[in-house]
Order: sequence, then structure tokens, then C-alpha cells
Amino acid sequence: MNFFYNIGKYFIMLQKMFQKPTKWRVMKQLILKDTEDTVVNSLGIISFVSFFIGGVITIQLALSTTGSFYPKYLVGFATRETIILEFAPTIISIIMAGKVGSFITSSIGSMRVTEQIDALEVMGINSINYLVFPKVIALLLYPFLISIAMFLGILGGMAACVYGGYSTMSDFILGIQTDFIPFHMTYAFIKTFVFAFILATVPAFHGYYLKGGALEVGKASTLSFIWTCVTIIVFNFLITQMLLG
Amino acid sequence: MIRVENLEKSFHNKKILKGISCSFKKGETSLIIGQTGAGKTVFLKCLLGLHDYDNGKIIFDNIELNKIDDYDKMNLKSNIGTVFQGSALFDSMTIEENVMFPLKMFQDMKMEEMKTRVNEVLKRVELENSNNKMPSEASGGMQKRVAIARAIVNQPKYLFCDEPNSGLDPKTAIVIDNLIKDITEEYKITTVINSHDMNSVMEIGQKIVFLKNGVTEWQGDKNEIFRTENKAVTEFVYSSNLYKKIRKMYLKK
Ligand SMILES: Nc1ncnc2c1ncn2[C@@H]1O[C@H](COP(=O)(O)OP(=O)(O)OP(=O)(O)O)[C@@H](O)[C@H]1O
Ligand SMILES: [Mg+2]
Repeated sequence: MNFFYNIGKYFIMLQKMFQKPTKWRVMKQLILKDTEDTVVNSLGIISFVSFFIGGVITIQLALSTTGSFYPKYLVGFATRETIILEFAPTIISIIMAGKVGSFITSSIGSMRVTEQIDALEVMGINSINYLVFPKVIALLLYPFLISIAMFLGILGGMAACVYGGYSTMSDFILGIQTDFIPFHMTYAFIKTFVFAFILATVPAFHGYYLKGGALEVGKASTLSFIWTCVTIIVFNFLITQMLLG
Repeated sequence: MIRVENLEKSFHNKKILKGISCSFKKGETSLIIGQTGAGKTVFLKCLLGLHDYDNGKIIFDNIELNKIDDYDKMNLKSNIGTVFQGSALFDSMTIEENVMFPLKMFQDMKMEEMKTRVNEVLKRVELENSNNKMPSEASGGMQKRVAIARAIVNQPKYLFCDEPNSGLDPKTAIVIDNLIKDITEEYKITTVINSHDMNSVMEIGQKIVFLKNGVTEWQGDKNEIFRTENKAVTEFVYSSNLYKKIRKMYLKK
């Protein structure tokens, strides 16, 4: 029962997000600030993780495909498929649920417990629009982050493969170019947009409707991480089934 | 002028406010007192429109709160200034930005004009030269002043304060109290303050409303509170020996 009640509450929140918008002059600054907090500040960790996990994926693929009956370009091909289809959009989103999600929950949640949200409301400001909308807009840049993750993941794979002596540069590049299906990119970016929306709104929901004090802010961050992951994974399954299945 | 008639409010079938009637005049500081849990904060939040109430009327100068649409509510709310129990300053903004916030949201002023107005108000609450501090770097008393400055910067018609001097030392508490009283008289604001501090009552209570178990048990001014025979009031107000003595002296006079 509680579950359905919260789902309903979540959709009411989404609806309220578009009512009574904040002045553009103020909103502009909020969007810039949230872009910095969520997207720009994640560039470092995302680049780092992508490059090295890309390398590890490639090494493992190379080690399990030794033998003469595997074509030489297979490692590059498999690296590309893994990273574009699953690693960059989904696994990076799970990492972001930890980083950006808990940031959003705790920043909105602490505004709730210190009555800052009440202060907004009594001034006649739509606090959901003020707090959540700029985060949704900021995360429209999320696909840009995922493109970087894709690029660096494959680059990391190439570096590991070539410098580790598993295959040559030209074989790897041939693999990357083999049987490229453009729709896979479309699929990956459709997923990314959906995940971006989840990443902005599910943690915001947990922060906004929080009750209690500082302890609850911590609990809500954990809970929000779990629910963000679950939602992302469920939608990952649904979208994959719909678009590729 | 704010008029409240028979206000009722319950949470989960438990009645917290059971029929509150009172009125608050323009240019006067009115105090709502009562024991912890009496429903003072709930009452204030009803006045602010943060809680919907079940029954009764709240009338702001002829405008009945429940009878207007969202757009008019927003207009009404931009005429209200609020000081919360914990100050509720925006902790990601400097003191100056906090005070400027209502202007940014509701006025079409140029940056220069806004800065001038903010400095004027900060001067009024005796807080000069701290414009660029963050709220976390300010002391409790300073935070309260910033909260008051933010509440009055837009020249509100109504000012609501929930325990504006809780957690402050007696001297600062009185400074804050008098600041609110002076501002109220100067700008002709209708001010309502929640308090359980007897010093405030004696210092600035032009009108006092005593809440008990969700009803208005007693109302009057600070002279009447010395003379009242209402047992609930005397038990609450004169619970300490000091106040018992003061009352005796007053009654002898
Ligand atoms: N949101 C809420 N949901 C349920 N019950 C509430 C809610 N807010 C307040 N109450 C209940 O209403 C009663 C009155 O609370 P209120 O906060 O108004 O007291 P108060 O007079 O402000 O006390 P204090 O002086 O300690 O601030 C309490 O019993 C409280 O448990
Ligand atoms: Mg209270």
C-alpha cells in the first residue's frame, strides 16, 4: 500500500514541478549552479572509472579469447559492444546514483529539516519547481557525460590491449569498426536520457518528503540510493526488452 | 489586522487546535504563549498557509485565507514576512544574498537598488559589514537578525515569528524582542510572535493570547496578565519564584 502511495506522491511531485515556475532570472542561476554540482563535478570520477574499467574489461576479454579460432579483431569488437550498450549508460548511472543521487537527497533533505523549504513556501515560492526543476534541466547534459565515458572506456581498452601486448592497434580499431549498428547508439542514449531523469527526480523525492532530523537525512540518502538503483535497473530491463528484444 | 474565528485543526484524527478565536492589530506586537505542545507552532503554520485547517476562518484584512485561489494566495504570501524557530537561512547563500532573496524573487529591481535596500535593512538590524559571511559563520544572535532582515526587506504587512529569541542569552533576547517591536511600530506591521519566554511577554507583549489544550484560554495585555485570576494563566506565567515575587509587588502597588 505504502509503495503505491509513494508512487502516486512521486507523480504529483512531477506535476507540481511544472506549475508556477520560478522567475527566469533566478532559475538561470540555479540551473548553472546545479549543472556545476551534478555534471561538471562528476567529470573527474567518471573519466577515471571509465578509462580503467575499460582497460580491465578488455584485458579480461583478451584473456578469455586466446586461441587461433577467435578472429583477431574480436577483442575490440566486444569491448565496444560492452561499453556502449551496458557499461557506460547503466554502470556509470549506478555510480552516479551514489554520487549525484546522495548529493541531491542530502542537500534537499537538509533544507527540509532546517525549515528552509518552509521558508520558500511561505514566501509564495513553488519549492518543488525551485529545487527540482533546475536539477532535471542540468541533467539534460548527462548524455554528454556518458559520451565521454564511452570514449574513454574504449580508449582505456585500447591502451590496455595494445600496451599489454594482447593485440595490435590496427586489429583493435578494426574490431571497433566491425558490424557497427548505429541504432545501438540511439538505444544507449535513449536509456541515458531516461536514467538522467530518474537520477534527478528519485533522489529529489526522497529529500523533499523527508521527515525528522539530521539522522533521517543520512537514512534517506541510503534509501534513495537503493531506490534509484532499483528504478534504473528496472527501466534498463524494460527499455532493452522494448528496443532490442 | 488579522482575525481568527473558531480555528480547528487535527492530525490523524487527533484534534490539536479545538477552536481558536482572536485578533491581531496593525502596528502591534501580539504574543502567543503557552506550554510546549500547546499548539503554538501548528497555529502559526495555519496562519502562514503551511497547514490546511479543518474548520473556522482566518481573515487577513478582509481576505479570507481559504476562499482565495492559488494566485491570490501567492500575492498574499508576498506580503508576509516570517522568522522561523531555527532561523531557516539558506545555507548556500551569503548573508547579503539571503536578505536579497525576496527582492530577487518578487521585485524587478536593478542589482544596485537591491544592494542599497539590503544595506538599509541590515543597518536597521545592526548588522553592518557582514554582508559576505555565510550563515554558518554567524552567531545565533546574528542569524536571528539576518532572518528578521530577510523577513522585513520586502516591506511586509504581516510578520510572523516562531520563538525568535529561543537559544539566545537574556540580553540579546531582549535586543531582538525590542527590534521586532520597533520595526512593527515603525512600518505599521501586524506582528504575531510565538513565545514561551516571560521576559518577552513583559517587555513587548502589547497583546497576549494564551493557548492551552488547543483553545484560547485567555487573552489580554501585559498589565492585565498581572491582575488575572485565571488559574491556568497564573500557573503558567508565575511558575518561577521570581515572577511570583514580581506579581506580588505589582499587586501591592
Ligand atoms: N505535522 C504534525 N503531524 C502530527 N502531529 C503534529 C504535527 N505538528 C505538530 N503536531 C502535534 O501538535 C501538538 C502541538 O505541537 P506544536 O509544535 O504546535 O507545539 P508548540 O506549542 O509549538 O510547542 P513548543 O513550545 O515546544 O514549540 C503536539 O502534540 C505535536 O505532536
Ligand atoms: Mg513550537
